Amino acid sequence: MKYYDKLIFELSQKGRVGYSLPVNRFPSAPELPEELRRGTSPELPEVSEVDVVRHYTNLSQMNFGVDTGFYPLGSCTMKYNPKINEEVAALPGFNGLHPLMPAGLVKGALKVYQEMDKALSAITGMAAFTFAPCAGAHGELTGLMIMRQYHMNRGDLKRTKVIVPDSAHGTNPASAAVCGLEVVEVKSLENGRINVEALQALLDDTVAGIMMTNPNTLGLFETQIKEIAERVHAVGGLLYYDGANMNPLMGVVRPGDMGFDIMHLNLHKTFSTPHGGGGPGSGPVGVAAHLVDCLPKIQVSGFHGNFGVILRAYAYILMLGKQNLKKVGQYSVLSANYIKECLKDAYKLPIEGVCKHEFVFDGLVNDGGHDDVHGATTLDVAKRLLDFGFHAPTIYFPLLFHQALMIEPTETESKETIDAFIDVMHKIAAEAAEDPAILQNAPHNAPISRPDETQAARNPILKYKDAR
Amino acid sequence: MAGFNYIPHTDADVRAMLERIGVRQVEDLYADVPKEFIKKEPYDLPDAMSEGEVREWFESLSGMNAKMKVFVGAGAYDHYTPAVIPYITSRSEFLTAYTPYQCEISQGTLRYIFEFQSMVCELTGMDISNASLYDGPTAAAEAMKMSVACTKKKTRVLLSKGLLPNVIAVVETYARFHGVEIGYVPVMNGQTCPNCLKAELAKGDVAGVIVPEINRYGIIEDHSGFAETIHGAKALLVEYCDPSALAVVKTPAEWGADIAVGDGQSLGIPLCYGGPYVGFMAVKKDYMRKMPGRIVGQTSDKEGRRAYVLTLQAREQHIKREKATSNICSNESLMALWVTVYLSLMGPEGLREVNRLSYDGAHYLHDQLMATGRFTEVFPGKPFLKEFVLQPKEAAGLLQDRLEKAGFFAALETEEGYVSFCVTEKRTRAEIDELVKIVKEG
Amino acid sequence: MSKIIEGLKYSESHEWVKVEGGIAVIGVTDYAQAEMGDITYVDAPEVDDEVEAGEEFGALESVKASSDLISPVSGKVVEVNEELEDAPEKVNEDAFENWIIKVEMSDPSELDALMDAAGYKNHIGE
Repeated sequence: MKYYDKLIFELSQKGRVGYSLPVNRFPSAPELPEELRRGTSPELPEVSEVDVVRHYTNLSQMNFGVDTGFYPLGSCTMKYNPKINEEVAALPGFNGLHPLMPAGLVKGALKVYQEMDKALSAITGMAAFTFAPCAGAHGELTGLMIMRQYHMNRGDLKRTKVIVPDSAHGTNPASAAVCGLEVVEVKSLENGRINVEALQALLDDTVAGIMMTNPNTLGLFETQIKEIAERVHAVGGLLYYDGANMNPLMGVVRPGDMGFDIMHLNLHKTFSTPHGGGGPGSGPVGVAAHLVDCLPKIQVSGFHGNFGVILRAYAYILMLGKQNLKKVGQYSVLSANYIKECLKDAYKLPIEGVCKHEFVFDGLVNDGGHDDVHGATTLDVAKRLLDFGFHAPTIYFPLLFHQALMIEPTETESKETIDAFIDVMHKIAAEAAEDPAILQNAPHNAPISRPDETQAARNPILKYKDAR
Repeated sequence: MAGFNYIPHTDADVRAMLERIGVRQVEDLYADVPKEFIKKEPYDLPDAMSEGEVREWFESLSGMNAKMKVFVGAGAYDHYTPAVIPYITSRSEFLTAYTPYQCEISQGTLRYIFEFQSMVCELTGMDISNASLYDGPTAAAEAMKMSVACTKKKTRVLLSKGLLPNVIAVVETYARFHGVEIGYVPVMNGQTCPNCLKAELAKGDVAGVIVPEINRYGIIEDHSGFAETIHGAKALLVEYCDPSALAVVKTPAEWGADIAVGDGQSLGIPLCYGGPYVGFMAVKKDYMRKMPGRIVGQTSDKEGRRAYVLTLQAREQHIKREKATSNICSNESLMALWVTVYLSLMGPEGLREVNRLSYDGAHYLHDQLMATGRFTEVFPGKPFLKEFVLQPKEAAGLLQDRLEKAGFFAALETEEGYVSFCVTEKRTRAEIDELVKIVKEG
Repeated sequence: MSKIIEGLKYSESHEWVKVEGGIAVIGVTDYAQAEMGDITYVDAPEVDDEVEAGEEFGALESVKASSDLISPVSGKVVEVNEELEDAPEKVNEDAFENWIIKVEMSDPSELDALMDAAGYKNHIGE
């Protein structure tokens, strides 16, 4: 990766064009009235086609993707994105469909939705899915709306609370707040699982439901899920399954069978569609049979969700079929446990035992700190990994540990890749013990060194004109 | 067991890894899962397909969809996509990256988002743009919530009835659960009614008003005096706009808007049955810290080189949790890249040309349709850009059927029984003449 | 060790109060600014806003955190330190010199519930 310092605006030369449009063969219509026309021209770049191609190719070379290398980003499921997905999603028979075309003109598209509904229901044990949500957080919000709608339909208006474990992702409480629900936090036990007694104390007839991931954000299976489901259901609450951690359960366990009533899936995690640098994703929401009626009353996006993403996920499911589904879950768990066992000598493992698709370390065993020398932090480990051609794990999440380092390898990485990562992690740990400054000044060979984020937040420069 | 191309584990790998972990078989790694939840029966899924079979199956599905000449807009516009865009956006360094958390190896993503923000500001005339949102309707819903957050304690938001139906539906859904009351401003003479707006504002408690720059009848609205009236009631003006049209029509900033939102689909994103598209939001500087979504800012690295980072993160869910301005934790990054490359290629001149072609084509179609004698004007003399409505003298369904048989998706029926037409630069004079001929033949 | 000033009142959530007649001058303690690290933004209320004892009236932001400001007293905001809008780093430089808001107290007896310098010193374990 090499540093490239241009913005497209800086390549602009007046009079240069990068487009090709047809000759205007229409009679000239009278001009728009003056008072409806914009006063000044937008200052967009004026560049040639080749300028554009080179500029964005150069930008791309400062980026790291799954196709570049190992991406063990915990809770993000950065698995390989198959190329057949891209090919089929680009077919003109899908790309040219207007979203308001009547059913008779879009039979192929509707078939994709029907088949995906069946497949996702089979994989999760839900009764039906809506595909409108465009991302995981959007799915959560939609799912909570369904939860509230269900209670409202029954005239049960006092259920305004939603219970969220303290280890939950920040989107869980934020989605609940957007949905008008009050968030109540339930504490975790020493072993990282939900404290069922503490949960019981929160349960009453004002509880709309509980939001959980299982396995949880520590990668640990909530072993008391049956009891949790029984207790929440006993007071009339519903169970929401955040599908962020569905990957290890693929082909082995179904959320529906564990008692969950509503869930979302992240097609961009579990179902191999590319993350695109932060979207577009797709967050379909599944519901159990008793909630199917609530689906159509809730419109959360413009048309039918991110159809292009759904096509890719469908191609993936067809490639997996019933024969390969289980390998996804099992090998994601196998690889995670293997890394955990190999590295726990050098990194603190706060909770022993089998994990699922990911696990969390709490910093280095020996961070090299002594007297006046600051030890290396999780941030430093993350930055040093970049020098070795690996993406960093998720850091400082979950909030339960101060130096959280969350590793999720996925099932698509070979043992050789994983072993190379383990070697580098050991090398970094040794460097930290010896001379933590090596880590603290990392990355040393990325396109840029650590930027001044405080400056960025204190004096925000958010567009080209402000930068000049 | 047969190999599978997405999973590299050999039997020997599996054995070695199990041994290192200290368990006998992979199933033992699920020993903590209550037995009753381990699924025993086979999954009700199709058999695995080979890549060739998948390709063939999708081609057959694709073939089940009709190939139509699209003369409908209503929030999704069939504009031309330059060949460069899919070529760039399919570069795997962009395509397969995650959100740019590790900024040192994400400068590509961060730079194009910074360019995207800059371009949205140029088009809207606003001060600050975020890194994008899911789509136009959800951007409007975010603006609704943001109005309430900016004005404290107020709980009503007004929607113009001239907004697209799907924008109204999504805002209503969010509002219903978020605890915001929605009021409506009717359309009179083809435009959001200024006197009705005043009357609604007079009822008090209004945090924001969302109006369309170009409404669902295709009419370019005159919002003179709206900002003064709305600000007089200490509420925010939100303009919902078509960013393509902003190259020529008055900008949200020129109308005095506090927030501009809309869908970037009209900037060269394929129709793709409704998504992925890309929502945008741009605001006045005063509201920067209440804006939802990711924002990229410029700073420098230790060597003083220009560098880009995600910034103003204290607004966001991963820090503020339930107090965050929104639950959004991503953007539509790749679609923002799509739009950025589009705007780079088109430039100000290309975008004006797109609008000129669409404008002249739409007016040509309008005049030809009126000349058939089969329609009456609904809003005579009202200014439109690329979309307009007419009242058909026959049943809309009959007209649509006739057009559909000839390969046209056109004459979308509105709830009032009008039919709407849209013409982009992709529609040729020959196509329009053919459409008009079919209309006449009925 | 953080700086603590005698003669001020302190809250458990690390705000200090300096009483000037019926006006409470409110800021955050040196301990609080040190815990936050580089402050990037001070989210303060506006003049004439009402604040309530024990309720949040704003927030301090850093790159990776946001910390609520809790009002030690109830009343009406009469002045806001506008310098902090463009220079939040002043709170890091001297947390006691750079107050955040001034409040016209509606119930000065609320001051009794606050700690003195010795009590606060004990509170932060120094």
